[in-house]
Amino acid sequence: MSTAEGSNSAEGINTAESTRTLVVERVFRHPPEKLWRALTESPLLAQWMMNNDFEPVVGRKFQFRAEPAPNWNGVVDCEVLIVDPLQRLSYNWGVGGSESGLQWVVLWTLTPAEGGTHVRMEQSGFRPDQQAAYQGAKYGWQKFFGTLENVIGGLE
Amino acid sequence: MPAVADVVFRALADPTRRAIFEELTRQGEQTVHALTRYAGVSQPAVSKHLTVLKRAKLVRHRRAGRETHYRARPDALAPMVDWLRDYGTFWRDRFDQLEALLERMEP
Repeated sequence: MSTAEGSNSAEGINTAESTRTLVVERVFRHPPEKLWRALTESPLLAQWMMNNDFEPVVGRKFQFRAEPAPNWNGVVDCEVLIVDPLQRLSYNWGVGGSESGLQWVVLWTLTPAEGGTHVRMEQSGFRPDQQAAYQGAKYGWQKFFGTLENVIGGLE
Repeated sequence: MPAVADVVFRALADPTRRAIFEELTRQGEQTVHALTRYAGVSQPAVSKHLTVLKRAKLVRHRRAGRETHYRARPDALAPMVDWLRDYGTFWRDRFDQLEALLERMEP
């Protein structure tokens, strides 16, 4: 039985105001409690994401591990940033090592919806809870993606 | 991550290199001296950054007398744009798997 309506799925790369964020959202016909378990219980998480040693504790460092791919060792280095039961979960998403690699932030937001739960995944280039401290990095990447958009637009 | 995108991402992960690359896309061709003034770091540091950008094919250079001129190659960003699109596919697939898991779980 299918539980998600096609019309409820959405994704996009927002470029408004020089910010660049990847958003994927969907309404699941399941209660938030169940989604929270799938997002935060390591063995369940492994079944739909990747093998992991996740624990829902702020500051917890963990890894997702997938099959290595060319030029990627299959490891995502993460640190838990927000645990707001049944509502919000956020972690760093680091690929390629902390020095030369890329740091993203993944933010999950659960909202009760009619007959289920609206799930929003946002992948962005800064920490949602530390915007002031990371203003520099945020400005750098987001401004860059804005510029990138213009450059790519100029190619066509 | 595809190899080419990885090289581009790594080259641009550094804020100074990103700034140099942006400056070149904005201003067109620049000498190393001009870029050094702009970046506010030493010339050897700028040269090192330019080497990394060159390796990622993000800039090309030409020598004219004692000056080396650099220009941006914005088409080299294409793999990065593709990669960002691929991440959309990655998450959509994960959402599908999440949905399948929810079906298997006890209520």
